[in-house]
Formats: sequence, structure tokens, C-alpha cells
Amino acid sequence: MNLAELTLHEAAAQLRKREFTAVELTESVYQRIAETDERVHAYLTLARESALKEARRADERLKKEGADAHDLLGIPIALKDNFLTKDLRTTCASKILGDFLPPYEATAAAKLRAAGAVIVGKANLDEFAMGSSCENSAFFPTRNPWDLERIPGGSSGGSAAAVAADQCIAALGTDTGGSIRQPAACCGVVGLKPTYGRVSRYGIIAFASSMDQVGPITKNVRDAAILLEAIAGHDPADSTSIERPVPSYTEALTGNLRGLRIGHSAEFFVDGMQQEVALAVNDAMLKMESNGAIIDHTMLPHTEFAVAVYYIVATAEASSNLARYDGMRFGHRAAANDLAQTYMMSRAEGFGAEVKRRIMLGTYVLSAGYYDAYYLKAQRVRTLIKRDFDEAFRHCDVIVTPTAPTTAFKVGEKKRDPLQMYLSDIYTISANLAGLPAISLPCGFDDQGMPIGLQIIGKPFDEETVLRVAHAYEQTTEWHSRKAKLESKN
Amino acid sequence: MKITGEEIERVALLARLHLTGDEKARLTEELDSILGYMDKLNQLDTAQVEPFSHALEAANAFRRDRVTNKPDAEALLANAPDRDATFFKVPKIIE
Repeated sequence: MNLAELTLHEAAAQLRKREFTAVELTESVYQRIAETDERVHAYLTLARESALKEARRADERLKKEGADAHDLLGIPIALKDNFLTKDLRTTCASKILGDFLPPYEATAAAKLRAAGAVIVGKANLDEFAMGSSCENSAFFPTRNPWDLERIPGGSSGGSAAAVAADQCIAALGTDTGGSIRQPAACCGVVGLKPTYGRVSRYGIIAFASSMDQVGPITKNVRDAAILLEAIAGHDPADSTSIERPVPSYTEALTGNLRGLRIGHSAEFFVDGMQQEVALAVNDAMLKMESNGAIIDHTMLPHTEFAVAVYYIVATAEASSNLARYDGMRFGHRAAANDLAQTYMMSRAEGFGAEVKRRIMLGTYVLSAGYYDAYYLKAQRVRTLIKRDFDEAFRHCDVIVTPTAPTTAFKVGEKKRDPLQMYLSDIYTISANLAGLPAISLPCGFDDQGMPIGLQIIGKPFDEETVLRVAHAYEQTTEWHSRKAKLESKN
Repeated sequence: MKITGEEIERVALLARLHLTGDEKARLTEELDSILGYMDKLNQLDTAQVEPFSHALEAANAFRRDRVTNKPDAEALLANAPDRDATFFKVPKIIE
């Protein structure tokens, strides 16, 4: 077996037993990238030299620390390219950042490095994390390892594809409206968006600050628990990160569902969803029920308004966050005659079509005369969406839904219709609007052989129950052990 | 029509974004369709609903105003599109 195919907890156990070295594991990952990334295009930047240095250092530590070594010591991990990494090119998949070399490091990346993880490289994304297909990368689109003619999802499509193709042992992504969970579903891997405030956003290139959150993308649920534990916690550099102890998430993986109340909401089974997705999610719930969970029908009546709310709030915040790209202190500067033209042209040349569309929409909904009708209205409806969840969680421990209405679509299929693309986030964005933790994990395959994702949404700061339910379900299936073949299906 | 070509020009100026004629035409059409979809929010009476402000009841996070990083002008200037010694060089601001 190729070492790169190992899961995180398997690799950690074998590294501690000295069955192979961190350098061998890292070499195996780069070997796999060399063999496959011409087809997948998951990475924007590789950090081979520094990674091998980190792996050698990890081997030294492994010798000293032995059985006490941290699970992440010597583990090759990919970072989405919107994490600032000191002295390692960070592009956010945008031309406006050029070959930006961050002068500081994102807290989540620094925590991984402190634990001894090996940073493999920077994974592709939709420009500024805006998209659901990775087609909005200014460099190239990433392909789905299960069918190279299909999208890997987005915006963390590079991270999810790299995990599915064994081009890393695990990855980190960010999730503003589903950008960890939807690509995880498309690529048949596990993706967890933690509670807003659980993980520091310091050093993450901002998109929509009231919803952005960092989380793991992994080969199974246990690996997600390990990775979350390593990155969670309060950070004085992020005033929205919450001061709360970090539990041992692996201890929550009891395999037991007895007595847990699982909410099922009819609002999540809408017209236009793929029949096989609905069937697979219902099957998963039956399986949970037969393992002792109680299925509880619950109402989330404002779900149908979530997409409209999200694309007002997220674009408003983005238009403000992206005002900093003015070509003055860093990034692309256009040659123009005066200051105003320099701003206008630098931004025109540096941003891609989707980013421009969202800046325009966000500026419009915040502009004088429209603020009340759009932005304020959306924030009022967002309160209603949050209240729906508060109500549902009075009698449910978690809510189970599909992650996306369909499996991964073909490259180019939705590129011409932004609204259709936005609707592929229909099940994931509610959790961002309400700040809740949610995971996606595989629950089946459609007749084209494409993976289907199951979403489990939890109460604020109750990642433990989310992980416990996901893990218990995973134990009863074989979906997570199937491997993508990296071929075109037709 | 939810949005006109003139409004697109006004918004592009606010966003400091130069748009080509084609981009203006396409954005007028696309934003019109997206804003049309947003209209569904008007089905809800929200007169008595407080606007959302934060996902969790977070108190304000105070901290001491203290320098924690070492000054490193060179690292910050390294990404500058244009510089003059230890200054960012920018187009003329005052006529």
C-alpha cells in the first residue's frame, strides 16, 4: 500500500511505532502529486523543500517523544490558499494578489506547524472563496477525482480533491456558505465547519467576516476530530473567537447513538433535488434509527429564504472586505494616469468575473436608498432563520439533511447562470447564517458513481455530538473506504 | 426592471471598479435576475423582528493596546507594487 493512502490516525499510529518515517510519508505524498496532479489540478503552490525540512524535524521529535508524540507530528497537510503562510506564496486564487508573500502566518496554520504537521502546499479554490465549483479560480479549475469531467465543488475544491486523490493525508479549508461541506460531499470525503468563533480566523483572507470559519477536510470522521482539536480555541488576535475550553473530540466518538434525537426537516427536501440524494439521506436516517437514534420531524420554515439572505449579507460584507485591494501597498497595480484611475483599473484587471459580480451586488445592497430594502431586510430574516434552529434544538440533538441537492455537476454546466450556481448552496448556508457547526460525510453513490454527502448540523459549540453521530453512522457503512479512480467517466 | 444601466454605473463608481461596456450590459442583466430572486424576502412581515447582529451572544472583546510584534518595515514593504526607500510610492493624491 502507498503510504499517501493512509488516513491521519493510521499514519500517526504507524509513525509513532517507527514503521516508516515522516520523510518517507511526505515523499510518498509528493510522489502521488507528481503522478496525479496533472489530471486533478488541486494545488496552486507546492512547498516541497520546506515540507521535507519539516518532515526531518518531525522525525527527530518522533524519536524523542515516541508514544507521547502529537497525532499531527509528521503528518502532511494541505492548506487552502486563503490561509496566510509566512514566506509561502498566498494567492487566494486571484490575480490581484499576484505573488503575495505573507509577512505573518494564520493562527490555524501556526497551530498545525507547532504540533509538527508538514505543510504540503496551497490548494486551489474559487477566487476569494467565492464559488461552488472551483471554476472561479483565476489560475485553473480543479477536477473531481471521481470523474475528471466534473467539478470538485467549491470553494475549498482543491483541498477536497487533494484529500480524495491521496495528495495529502488531510487538509484545511474555510466555509462561508458551504465551502468545506459541499466540496467534501462532491469528492466523497469528510468536511467539518465548526461553530462560528470555535477556530481563529486570524490570517484567513476575509470574505464574509460574520460567517467565515476554518475547518478540516479529511478521509474519515476520526481524522476530522483530531484536526479540529488541534486548531480550535480562543485567539487574542481574533476578537470573534470564543474563550471556551476545547474538549477532546476523539473521546466523543463513542459509536453509540442510543437515545439521540435526530431532527429531519421536510423543508430540506425541495423540488429539483436529485432523487438518489433524497433516497441516500433517508437510508442514512433509517440506519441511524435502527442503531438506537430517535428520528424527530422538525420544522425549519424559513429555510427557503436562506439563499436570498446569504447572497445579500455575504456580498455586502465582501464588498467591504475587498475594498482593501486598491493596488497601493501590495498586490496588482495597473498603470494609469491618476489615483482614481489607478484604483479603478487595478481592481478591474485584478478581480475575476464572479468577484466583480459580488462586489457590485454587495455595494448595491449597502448603497443609499437600498440598504433598508435589502441589507436590513436580510438581517431581519436571518434572525428568523436563527430562531428556527433555536426552536428545533429544543427537542433535537442534531438535524440531518443532504449536503447538496445534487452530486457534482459537469465542468461548465452552471458557469453561465450565477443564480443556479448559488442555489447549489441551498442546504449548507443556513448553518453559516446561524453560526452552527455542521459536517458532511459520504452516505452513498449515484448511478454515475458520484459520491453523495450527508449533512449533520449541531447546536452551537456542540461539535462533539455532531462528530459522534457522524462517526457512529460511518462505522455502519463502507462509503468512506472507497477510493476515487482519477478517470473520466465518459 | 430592478436595476438600470445608470445604476450599474453609479455602483461601479462607488466600488471603484472600472467596467467595460460588455461587463455593464451583462451585470445589469445578472443583477436584475438575482435581485428579482431576492424579492421573495418581501413575503415575510419582519416589522417586529430585530436585525441579526452576531451568531452568539459575544461580549465586546477588550484587550490592552500593546505592541506584540517586532517592527519589520522591510517585510511589509516587500509586497509593495512601488516603493522609495522605506516608503510606499503611490500616485499623486493632491492636485
